[in-house]
Amino acid sequence: MSSWGRLSSALHETTWLQDRTSAADRISQTILPGIAIGNARSYGDVCLNNGGTAWRTRRLDKFISFDPASGLLECEAGVTLKEITDLVLPQGWFLPVTPGTQYVTVGGAIANDVHGKNHHSRGSFGDHVTGLTLLRTDGETIACGPSSNAEWFRATVGGMGLTGIVADAGLQLRRVNGPWVDSQVDIFESLEQFFELSRTQGASWEYTVAWIDCMAMPGGRARGVFFSGRHSDRTAPVPVPKARSAAWLPPVCVVTTRTSSLFNALYFRRHRQGVQRATQPYWAFFYPLDAISEWNRMYGPSGFYQYQCVVPEQGQLETVRALLEVIKASGAGSFLSVLKTFGARPPAGLMSFPMAGTTLALDFPNKGEESTRLFARLNALVAEAGGRLYPAKDAVMSAVMFCNGYPQAEQFRRYRDPGIESDMSRRLFAGRQ
Amino acid sequence: MLVIGATSAIAHAVARRYAARGARVFLVARNATLLATHGADLTTRGAGAVGTRVLDALDVAAHGAALDAAFTAFGGLDVALIAHGVLPDQAACERSVAELLDAFDVNARSTVALMSGLAQRFERQGSGVLAVISSPAADRGRASNFVYGASKAAVSVFAAGLRQRLYGRGVRVLTIVPGFVDTPMTASFKKGLLWASPEKVAADIDAALQRGFGVVYTPWFWRWIMLLIRCIPERVYVRMKL
Repeated sequence: MSSWGRLSSALHETTWLQDRTSAADRISQTILPGIAIGNARSYGDVCLNNGGTAWRTRRLDKFISFDPASGLLECEAGVTLKEITDLVLPQGWFLPVTPGTQYVTVGGAIANDVHGKNHHSRGSFGDHVTGLTLLRTDGETIACGPSSNAEWFRATVGGMGLTGIVADAGLQLRRVNGPWVDSQVDIFESLEQFFELSRTQGASWEYTVAWIDCMAMPGGRARGVFFSGRHSDRTAPVPVPKARSAAWLPPVCVVTTRTSSLFNALYFRRHRQGVQRATQPYWAFFYPLDAISEWNRMYGPSGFYQYQCVVPEQGQLETVRALLEVIKASGAGSFLSVLKTFGARPPAGLMSFPMAGTTLALDFPNKGEESTRLFARLNALVAEAGGRLYPAKDAVMSAVMFCNGYPQAEQFRRYRDPGIESDMSRRLFAGRQ
Repeated sequence: MLVIGATSAIAHAVARRYAARGARVFLVARNATLLATHGADLTTRGAGAVGTRVLDALDVAAHGAALDAAFTAFGGLDVALIAHGVLPDQAACERSVAELLDAFDVNARSTVALMSGLAQRFERQGSGVLAVISSPAADRGRASNFVYGASKAAVSVFAAGLRQRLYGRGVRVLTIVPGFVDTPMTASFKKGLLWASPEKVAADIDAALQRGFGVVYTPWFWRWIMLLIRCIPERVYVRMKL
């Protein structure tokens, strides 16, 4: 079993949780420490548990209730965001926060407290969870929410699956007029311009995100494309996306410095010359990569790392510039690089990743030590700035880097379930179970 | 529609397709808690109405009342899908005749009883689709699972006869033959290329319920695999490890 980054393949004793009533018994009967695995769309090792138990939650896929008047949805934790959208969008509702793929489960979205292009306006996924049922391996069941058993709720949101298994959850959805998104494209040719766009566009658009060309930095300046979006008033049905797949690719890494440079240059050109304003189907705006199933195969059998960090507002421009310079100098080059400013809202969970500042996400083919050397240099800059890495994407962060980035980790430890472990927990809480 | 064995993965995937179209669904299963969970899922997904009834298929005396409840709940019935069943441990059945007969009781005895009860009611109504889930294992006995295969063969043969008897009386009888499907029943199997998801199989069953005829293999290639297997001469077949 591998995660989305395909960096390693871990052996598990697999237990499928079949329904939420029998799940508590199945979990408490497990002998080896386990971790819940939803749809395995996290990139690193947060959902892997080599040599231990994997509780597969994908079959906990029942809806419990949906009230089309209030937009309150209750469902089991293995339901994917796509299944929710397919159900509620025709009734005028949408996910309040969505990550860049709709193939994650609700349980995974909570455990990683995922964010989206609207963090500056709506916070993270956990901000919209009205309650959840947590199953502990000792057989205890904890019902918690923002106002009841709130300490358990705060520990579980962003808790990397280490506080228990989420069996079901309630979600407050948001109203939309239809399945379309009005979007605007702006070109920027320096980081100063990016931050200026973030300020001006962020004030009037719900969704903002930027793609940045870290292969070409003409004159040492970062260029990129800034996307803004908001739900459109258009109500006509959207076309169905064309299904494409990368499963046919030969088992080699097709992402090289050369192909990345070429792709990035073409992408930049297309957007500089293309239309500035458009109305797109929601899936084209939110989930462009979902259109190519198994796109992670592009990186060949060694897999790839996704490196995502956040740095605090104070000094963000200098830090992001320094990070980009290190990447440029390393020649590693990232196929897709994403830059976004986060809002200042207090985090939903104890261990939530977002903080007021800027987040940078990059994909690197796995080149062994060469990759880890690059990450060490990037980590040093992130740590110095007081930033942190995103566990949902991470596979290599050290325990020290983790504790510095997440000072709440000490407090979090109290809520850990002793019967739950993952490759990530063994690394990040090393020697301090 | 009526679904018997409604908490099985394949049956529920079919029921979801009906629910999404706003159909009224009557669910029958053994476990009351799971029945409620599955019912709520279908209600949320848009079912026009959901009725449920707890029934242990082995309790043949209770079949009649359960079927009557299904027929009266929404004033008649268009479609019935029988989907309950067990995959017995072949080796255990070879050691214990009691276990062997238990498997036959669930897969064969209770199923033909339900089919018979449904056939009477559909015939009286003058319309309906009666679908039952059988198995490719029913097409030819294999050393590794002929207890399961034989219990399903009873279902297949019974369905073939019923199809003939009800032909021209407005009642369509379908034998559904799913190949390897990734469900709780097959959780312990190693999955390979031939395996299909319950959703894929449900899409085929859904299409068959609407306009299919006779014996429906899903995925489609199982029809040809099983044709080939049936064509192998007994002298060769007896030596094969299948």
